[in-house]
Amino acid sequence: MVDFLNPADWVFVWLQTALFVLLAPLFSGWIKWLKCLLQNRRPPSLLQPYRDLLRLVRKDVLLADNASVLFRGAPYIICGCTVLAASVVPLLILHQPISAMADVIVLVGLFALARFFLALAGMDVGTAFGGMGSSREMTVSALAEPAMLMVVFTLSMVASSTNLSTLVEHGLQQQSVLRPSILFALIALIMVAIAENARIPVDNPATHLELTMIHEAMILEYSGRHLAMMELASQLKLTTYAVLIIDLFFPWGIAQSASAAGLGVAAVAIAVKLSLLGLLLALGETAVAKMRLFKVPTFLAMSFALAMIGMLSFVILESSK
Amino acid sequence: MSEFSSTLLTAVSFGLLFAAALASMLVGRRRLWITWLVFPLMGFAGLAALLAAGVVLLGNPGFNGTLPLGLPWLPWHLRMDGLSAFFLALIGIGTITSSLFGPGYVREYLRGPYPLGLLGLMTSLFIIGMQLVVLADDAFFFMIAWELMSVSSYFLVAYQHHQPANRRAAFLYLLMAQIGAVLILLSFGIFASFGGAFTFDAFRAIQLAPIWASVAFGLGLLGFGMKAGMFPVHAWLPEAHPVAPSHISALMSGVMLKVAIYGFVRLTFDLIGTLYWSWGVVLLIVGSVTALFGVLYALMQNDVKRLLAYSSVENIGIIFIGLGLAVLFIGAGYPKLGSLGLIAALYHALSHALFKSLLFLGAGTILQQTHEHDMGKMGGLIRRMPWTALFFLIGCISISALPPFTGFVSEWLTFQTALQATILESGVLRAVVPITAAMLALTGALAATCFVKLYGIVFLGQPRSRRVKHAREGTSGMLWAQGLLAGLCLLFGILGAPTVAILSRVVAGLTGSHVTSATAHGWLWLTPVAPEVASYSGPMVLFGVTLALLAWGAVYLLLCKHRRLKPIQRGPAWGCGFGRLTPNMQYTGTAFVMPIQQIFRPVWRVQEEQQRELSTELRSHPTQLGYQLQIEDITWRWLYQPVMKLIQASARKVGLLQTGNLRHYLTYSFVTLVVLLWLIS
Repeated sequence: MVDFLNPADWVFVWLQTALFVLLAPLFSGWIKWLKCLLQNRRPPSLLQPYRDLLRLVRKDVLLADNASVLFRGAPYIICGCTVLAASVVPLLILHQPISAMADVIVLVGLFALARFFLALAGMDVGTAFGGMGSSREMTVSALAEPAMLMVVFTLSMVASSTNLSTLVEHGLQQQSVLRPSILFALIALIMVAIAENARIPVDNPATHLELTMIHEAMILEYSGRHLAMMELASQLKLTTYAVLIIDLFFPWGIAQSASAAGLGVAAVAIAVKLSLLGLLLALGETAVAKMRLFKVPTFLAMSFALAMIGMLSFVILESSK
Repeated sequence: MSEFSSTLLTAVSFGLLFAAALASMLVGRRRLWITWLVFPLMGFAGLAALLAAGVVLLGNPGFNGTLPLGLPWLPWHLRMDGLSAFFLALIGIGTITSSLFGPGYVREYLRGPYPLGLLGLMTSLFIIGMQLVVLADDAFFFMIAWELMSVSSYFLVAYQHHQPANRRAAFLYLLMAQIGAVLILLSFGIFASFGGAFTFDAFRAIQLAPIWASVAFGLGLLGFGMKAGMFPVHAWLPEAHPVAPSHISALMSGVMLKVAIYGFVRLTFDLIGTLYWSWGVVLLIVGSVTALFGVLYALMQNDVKRLLAYSSVENIGIIFIGLGLAVLFIGAGYPKLGSLGLIAALYHALSHALFKSLLFLGAGTILQQTHEHDMGKMGGLIRRMPWTALFFLIGCISISALPPFTGFVSEWLTFQTALQATILESGVLRAVVPITAAMLALTGALAATCFVKLYGIVFLGQPRSRRVKHAREGTSGMLWAQGLLAGLCLLFGILGAPTVAILSRVVAGLTGSHVTSATAHGWLWLTPVAPEVASYSGPMVLFGVTLALLAWGAVYLLLCKHRRLKPIQRGPAWGCGFGRLTPNMQYTGTAFVMPIQQIFRPVWRVQEEQQRELSTELRSHPTQLGYQLQIEDITWRWLYQPVMKLIQASARKVGLLQTGNLRHYLTYSFVTLVVLLWLIS
């Protein structure tokens, strides 16, 4: 077990988490920038998300008349849970004390906790939009979360561990053999990530006040610093999912110990991989149209089925005894 | 010394309960006796039981004994071991909280038509029955205690008997309890016929042939499952729980279902002893179906207590999944993993006892204050009953298996056990276990949806009826009971490792295999198999969540000065330009789960009815809209009604014998006599 009381390690944890939080708006800015270019529009500056967040923080909060204490506390809890989840995912370096604190199942649990409060906050004011958003979000997650867990289970069975650092290390040591289970898991996880982060084709992050929206409908009543926190949380969630996909399936370059050279390589590697992933997402969002809401369950059931096939192909075909 | 103290405390507990029963019989018109005498007596009895169990759980030996009651040649055997102590502790916690809650709750019965003395008497007998079940050490005594528990709880379900629906629910409950008891009796009968004695010691000594062991297991599963709420023999639960007084629902759902689980664990792991992996597969299938079915039906309910009852079915399914994993791994030759599965099941039994009691007590507070069962008339209660809202929220988070509360730890342990399936030799088994895990994951996510719906509709938004608008907070006793349970939900979510250490001792008494690795790294870390495989630290997660709340506090304090100059603005929520929002514009519970209803449509029998009255002047303009939805339990159609029809048809056939003609009856007697004489000769 990692020596979890070594203060130097915890400094790394804090630094890495801070880096994660700082990076998140940039990543979503990068996707927006690419999408604008691809759609023949003039892109905003890459730093625009930071400016938006700052502007929101400076603004005053305006609450609905009947907003309860849950409505005011929810942004902090949601943001806190997301930061906690992000801190668990290795960004640059493996084997940190925090990865022993929470494994992948806890990671899924933390996202679920954030979502629980998000859905409740949507219902708090009692508008039709809020309830609609919460209902849809919970429906989407009811199918996406088990698919995510199935992916996680497949990978954990391959590495016989649910600890994230061990999982990544196992991925590093493995010769690049294309296993069917891993492939299925990758496709399923990408589908889940799209659904969970409210991206096209499940939800459109760029619209407001449209009858098909999910995520935006829930945070419609928020303003000022509360909204800033909600925005940051969703940007951070997107980045965390991106880093998680990279960690689990393309971990090459991540540092196994804290050396300057290793960290440098890791930083370059993660930057390149994240920008590539962002490009893929932007390409996908430009090429694909948003699907009808009633088709979303099929999409999610598909990801669940794929994850399940991945798991079964591992337990039946690959794990020989 | 410790053996003496646990014996003494148990005796004190029973003494206090008998005193409570006696006091209730003497209540008569002195109704305040109930609040000031009966409930405190029960509460202290619960405390004594909890302490007695605690003494044993902390590693001291239990006790054995016989009571010179009953038939002369069959004294009643009592025994307290780790397993009994664990379940006795659950009963103790349930008793304490329901007797804290009771005095405030029964105030509404003070002026009602129902005798309060009966309520006190039956509650005491009910608790005595449950305690005796977990302490009984012979089949004879076990059945007597079991019947005491069933019959006394029948009177509690039927307590508000002026409504015919309540009488019907109570009768269904009694019927199913009796059928279940017969099955359990038959299961014990197999042991008794091979061993010739009724004591559990004698049962343990017998090695049943596989076929007889399987029959005993099957009968026990069905019998105990009927009490626990296993699919498809769960039908009494959603009927009986809503009609019982709420603190009794909390006891029945939180504790009595666990007593049924106790019976099953005792029978399978202790009395039968030799386990076969095929039983594990059966349990996994039954457990997954029960869990998924329970949560899907819970989602569709609009009656708060009915929803909670179906959710109990779901949680019983999760417990059965844990037990199935345990049987499967032990049967396949991995007793250590089997012990882990059993620990997960028992942990979930503990979790469910805590959060389901909490939720039923919360539902009781709402019911008492608003006199509404229907979620469709609630809303906005977080502003009227802030404390109940807080505790109920904790219950909802726990039951949705979210960190850092107790439900998460038990489901996490179940998942960790299931993930060890790669160790199994058979490819089929390796596939069955992950499919179960998938079902469990789906169940967990649906449960979260279900409880977002419950909490969102009941506590958030705007009040949907006048009575709900003027609801008030419950009495302090009612709040303390809920607060205590909410605190325990958090405590057992954080102290996973010490709890597993205790459970490991309990389980080792049954499977003979300690799970020492789970707690090898101190109280902070829970590592079920090995630290590099998986670890969870509840305290650290709590620390993270606390940091988030502290950040809120910091922002609040920082802005205090600013706020004094310029308070937070409030304004009406935007109504899309159509004026102010009305409560009718909110999403209803039915609307909330409509997408899920569309996805899983074949699971329910759905009857929809839409009414539209169109305006006479403008044909496209409706003047009145109506929507009615009925969700029927499919087991009624596919299981209960055919069985009922069969019984009625055969009764009619048998009824042909009853001609009412005296000569025919004389013929029957004569034929019987002749046949008997022929048999004897």
